[in-house]
Amino acid sequence: MPNYLTNGHGLASWLLTKDHKRIALLYLASITAFFFLGGMFAFLIRLELLTPAGDVMTSESYNKMFTMHGVVMVFFFLIPSIPAVLGNFFIPIMIGAKDLAFPRINLLSWYVYVLGGLFTLVAALGGGVDTGWTFYTPYSTAASNTHVITAGLGVFITGFSSILTGLNFIVTIHRMRAPGMTWFRLPLFVWSHYATSLIMILGTPVIAITVLLVAVERGLHLGIFDPALGGDPILFQHLFWFYSHPAVYIMILPAMGVISEVVQAFSRKNVFGYSFVAFSSLAIAIIGFLVWGHHIFVAGQSVYAGLIFSILSFLVAIPSAVKVFNWTATIYKGSVSFDAPMLYAFGFLGLFTIGGLTGLFLATVGLDVHVHDTYFIIAHFHYIMVGGAIMGYLAGLHYWWPKISGKMYPEGWARFAALIVFVGFNLTFFPQFVLGYLGMPRRYHVYPPEFQVLNVLSTAGATVLAVGYLLPMVYFTWSIFAGEKAPMNPWGVKGLEWEIPSPPPTENFVVSPIVTHRTHQYAPSKEVGIGG
Amino acid sequence: MAADGHARVAAEGAHGVRHPRLQHHFDDMEQQAEASTLGMWVFLVTEIMFFGGLFMAYLVYRTQMPDAFREASHHLDITLGATNTVILIVSSLTMALAVRSAQTGQPAKTQVGWLVATMVFGAAFLGIKAIEYTEKFRDHIVPGPFFEWHGTYPRGAEMFYSLYFAMTGLHALHMVVGLGIMTVMASLAWRGRFDDTYYTPIEVSGLYWHFVDIVWIFLFPLLYLIGRH
Repeated sequence: MPNYLTNGHGLASWLLTKDHKRIALLYLASITAFFFLGGMFAFLIRLELLTPAGDVMTSESYNKMFTMHGVVMVFFFLIPSIPAVLGNFFIPIMIGAKDLAFPRINLLSWYVYVLGGLFTLVAALGGGVDTGWTFYTPYSTAASNTHVITAGLGVFITGFSSILTGLNFIVTIHRMRAPGMTWFRLPLFVWSHYATSLIMILGTPVIAITVLLVAVERGLHLGIFDPALGGDPILFQHLFWFYSHPAVYIMILPAMGVISEVVQAFSRKNVFGYSFVAFSSLAIAIIGFLVWGHHIFVAGQSVYAGLIFSILSFLVAIPSAVKVFNWTATIYKGSVSFDAPMLYAFGFLGLFTIGGLTGLFLATVGLDVHVHDTYFIIAHFHYIMVGGAIMGYLAGLHYWWPKISGKMYPEGWARFAALIVFVGFNLTFFPQFVLGYLGMPRRYHVYPPEFQVLNVLSTAGATVLAVGYLLPMVYFTWSIFAGEKAPMNPWGVKGLEWEIPSPPPTENFVVSPIVTHRTHQYAPSKEVGIGG
Repeated sequence: MAADGHARVAAEGAHGVRHPRLQHHFDDMEQQAEASTLGMWVFLVTEIMFFGGLFMAYLVYRTQMPDAFREASHHLDITLGATNTVILIVSSLTMALAVRSAQTGQPAKTQVGWLVATMVFGAAFLGIKAIEYTEKFRDHIVPGPFFEWHGTYPRGAEMFYSLYFAMTGLHALHMVVGLGIMTVMASLAWRGRFDDTYYTPIEVSGLYWHFVDIVWIFLFPLLYLIGRH
């Protein structure tokens, strides 16, 4: 029987496919391209910051570099990364379905993503954008003479790809579960994607209308945010962050789902407190919508609003902490093996904790006034996004690579790369906490000489990190051609995806599975109730 | 959960054959119809959030400059606005009748008739909207360099008309999309695609059409009826 990779050959069989697994691979190829594009901008930023003087580029070019880095990494890599690749591939399989509910909409979402990406590439090649990835008005509407409309439309269009993916996941999880796959038997990876999808459908339309209004204000003079007409730039910031803060949960929740799976698999233990972990995903999605004001503490928001947003921001840390404690309790007394996915999961646990705790510093109004718009916030954000989301993405990619490709990756190299990523990451971003605390502002391409040592460390770390990211590229590609053939269940773990061949057949299941218990039941089977 | 499992047992349908419109990855027509309907409802939630950004802006600015909004609103043609409101409500009725005619297995001609009636009302709405827009251009009350205002609040009035064009423009765009969807539905209905065993596409298109109507039901008082009591 042909598997999904051999069932159909030629370009058209890929570009017109409705198979969720092939669409996941289309996404994998395109987000990898954008990841390296965004990485290139990051490299140029770090190169410029090697010395205190502005000797590689002008401040105008530097503005474009950090803007393009942010736009590409946030909208074209981090947001689609785990959902569109691993979620797309594994949600239907994990719930025992043949495909997502809407295969054609799934393919459409990829084309919409590519179209949005083309707009962004045109903006980049045509001279770039210099507003920062936040497109703050009135600079973006009245002052900047760069390609704001083109880049804004790129973000607008790509937003719809995210909406379609979220919509597809929600309907799939509601309506396509196999017999016996009740809500409280769903793998935690599926729960976290359900929460992510809620944010995608509730938040993304708001950023869409917001950047559309910026484009319309630039292009057609409808002055919704124009202070000359009594318009309020702070309103733009509220609307922008109403999406863009929950968007960081779009990026981190799927990674948390991966970590839940990997921690259970490589500890050979079912998760400690299943329903707490499941509900904490929903809690993050819901509370995450109520904290956006912490981005505007110093922008003219009222003091009382600031206090409320501060308290709510503390609250959102609780469900995140619940997850970290529960993963730790899962590992405790587990039969732990240190394969590459687990190494990334350990990296995630440490780095996400640091990122989360420094988030509490930033949620404290008084302290935020001191570190606002400094490298402290840059370091915090990257601990969550790179140390958290990308670590989770790499953990998942390694964990499921044998299933996706049907080939084993070289374990020794993978462990080595995980170590390199961890070391490179900390060397890059830890000095930035210190820099920010000492007062180095973000978004400047020159800085006082006393900051140079820490900046050199950071740039050196970025180089190490780049090696760490290139290594998986090389050995994953190598494994496709020369890797050992993967068995059905190389890790010897539980879960529907490990009960079908590697790579899976197009229809996923020859016979629809009937589910009788949760996945990852390694201990002598005892069905745990909702409370436990 | 029990209902889900039960529905799946009847995988082959009542007569033991797969319905020709049943896609490969669904177990039965019921599951397929439920998925499509839920999908449209979720999409409409995203639409509410999409328009929600604009309604939020309206709320903030009207609170900040109530007098300017009242003055600006008086230059909208209340007769045309009210006519359009009636037209859309009637189009919702014909839409509901189109769905009903498919559900009850009426002949293709009846289904197409109601769909075409819906489209005629939709087109009439857009025609009246075009007349209104033309008047605004003639009177120079389109925001931008040529905006002229002879009242007390020129800045606030320009903001009101920025919102007016953004909100009604986005709504009109949704009407145009709706007309496109109805064209497809009418041509499918003409070819006898829908009957009492399969009418989900026409049903979810109806959901979309009603949603666009409801947006107008909010826009009309917010834009046309400020301070008229």
